[in-house]
Amino acid sequence: MSFKPVKKSRVGEGMIHIVLFLCGILSVFTTLGIVAVLIIETYEFFREVSIFEFLTDTQWTPLFADKHFGILPLVSGTFLTSFIAILVAMPIGLLSAIYLSEYASQNIRKTIKPILEILAGIPTVVYGYFALLFVTPLLQVFIPSLSGFNALGPGIVMGMMIIPMVSSLSEDAMYAVPQSLREGAYALGSSKLQVALRVVFPAAFSGIAASLLLAVSRAIGETMIVAIASGQQPRLTLNPLVAVETMTAYIVQVSLGDTPTGTIEFKTIFAVGMMLFISTLILNLLSQWLRERFREQYE
Amino acid sequence: MKPTHLEIQRMLTDSQWREQLFKMTALVMLSIALLTLAVLLIDAFVDGVGRLRWSFLTNFPSRKPEQAGILSALVGTVYMMILTGLFAFPVGVGAAIYLEEYAKHHWFSRIIELNIANLAGVPSIIYGLLGLEVFVRAMGFDRSLLSGSLTMALLVLPIIIISSREAIRTVSPSIREASYALGASRWQTIRNQVLPLAFPGILTGSILAFSRAIGEAAPLITIGALTYIAFLPDSLLAPFTALPIQIFNWVSRPQKGFHANAAAAIIVLLVVLILMNALAVYLRQRYQKRLSL
Repeated sequence: MSFKPVKKSRVGEGMIHIVLFLCGILSVFTTLGIVAVLIIETYEFFREVSIFEFLTDTQWTPLFADKHFGILPLVSGTFLTSFIAILVAMPIGLLSAIYLSEYASQNIRKTIKPILEILAGIPTVVYGYFALLFVTPLLQVFIPSLSGFNALGPGIVMGMMIIPMVSSLSEDAMYAVPQSLREGAYALGSSKLQVALRVVFPAAFSGIAASLLLAVSRAIGETMIVAIASGQQPRLTLNPLVAVETMTAYIVQVSLGDTPTGTIEFKTIFAVGMMLFISTLILNLLSQWLRERFREQYE
Repeated sequence: MKPTHLEIQRMLTDSQWREQLFKMTALVMLSIALLTLAVLLIDAFVDGVGRLRWSFLTNFPSRKPEQAGILSALVGTVYMMILTGLFAFPVGVGAAIYLEEYAKHHWFSRIIELNIANLAGVPSIIYGLLGLEVFVRAMGFDRSLLSGSLTMALLVLPIIIISSREAIRTVSPSIREASYALGASRWQTIRNQVLPLAFPGILTGSILAFSRAIGEAAPLITIGALTYIAFLPDSLLAPFTALPIQIFNWVSRPQKGFHANAAAAIIVLLVVLILMNALAVYLRQRYQKRLSL
């Protein structure tokens, strides 16, 4: 049996209840605020620019005299850097996760995991510094044609930053796979490698996929690394060796300038922000859905 | 046809090879991640340590890299963190209490829960756009310390709520029931039993949340925080700068001298972060001791 609180008709209790409720509801207002701000300004933007031009024009030059409002170059820049990032983070993150979950001893696992997490806690301006002044010059030794601002260096560094997202969440998922599944496979004569790749990995797959989606979403929304190291040249290309501009870097570029509020240049950052918000939201929701599915399977 | 003895042996050695190869590859990958972390830290340290001296902390930014310092950025960061804490901590803990103690398993708390999980995944620069429209423009706070702190408060709020809820959840229901059985009201139980027990956990989680905010530059740049400030903010509505913005500004300049400044400022920023994390670890350990008593 459980005891319930005494219902005291004190004014204070009711007040406190209301105040705490308001604290809780504030987070809902934050979301509504974000959505409202983006919708209002984006609506204003599309009163001046056709949505067709926005989605199909191949040039993005709102800050020049000859204005073009095609978001494709910014999307391609974002896609390119995020793609390089996940190309780096996926093998390193997943194999690290497999090692920690299936091979490492409890002690090593408990020591290494928090150290890996530090990678996610380092401020992104620090990564930007690293990408521009260490990784890019280093890459230029091997690839002389690499320009000072490029997608490759920041992409790789961004990959390093999101490793803990992939490794931690995937490791959690693999670690949560019931021991009985592993034992069953061992009893049938499987080796450790076979257990890891053919039993644990598939069993934890939705958790692993969720971690990858979250990592991609994080890379798309990452700002300072690309703002510092990938340049400010919106161009529709998939060449990682030249300067590009991502959606986030464009918002930074406009914010740093003296763009008067209410102008079309100012509204562009909200339209770009909307695009960014929608893409990360879709990835986050997908990731959440996969994680819930994984939970249903094993808990 | 049955495999011969020799064939079986070769198959076994092959698979053992594969085993070892895979294990080594995984270990190498893990080492790459750890090595990167080390190289990153060493690189910043080597580049910046030469510029670190007392005057670097007490000088304002300057056009001459050797004379430039981070005073306004450091003070701006400290002010902003205090204000962000004042705004976000009570609201975040309040929300966590509401969700755990008042509205548990309620449909409404499920909505808030989903909402918080999604908010935690929104890119920080989007919070900057929200702050720009709401605090800077609609409320007329301009590009001030107040606008920056409120924006940061919204950014860390989901993290504080999530970690505070976890801390509150660790308080055993039997303690609440004992308190109710003695005739305590709900709020009396929360204030006198639940919060004191959960507080170290709440504090640890919140410090970690604020340490994330300290390194954020994107939302501050979006609300228009300035990059060159040669005075200290004297009011809530004064313009300000912060460490990550100062670092961004210096990295973006072509001169080598400013790059060294950026590296030195990075060292300061990392030291601040390490101190905050050490505090969080210390609190957690004290807390664990108390529970085991």
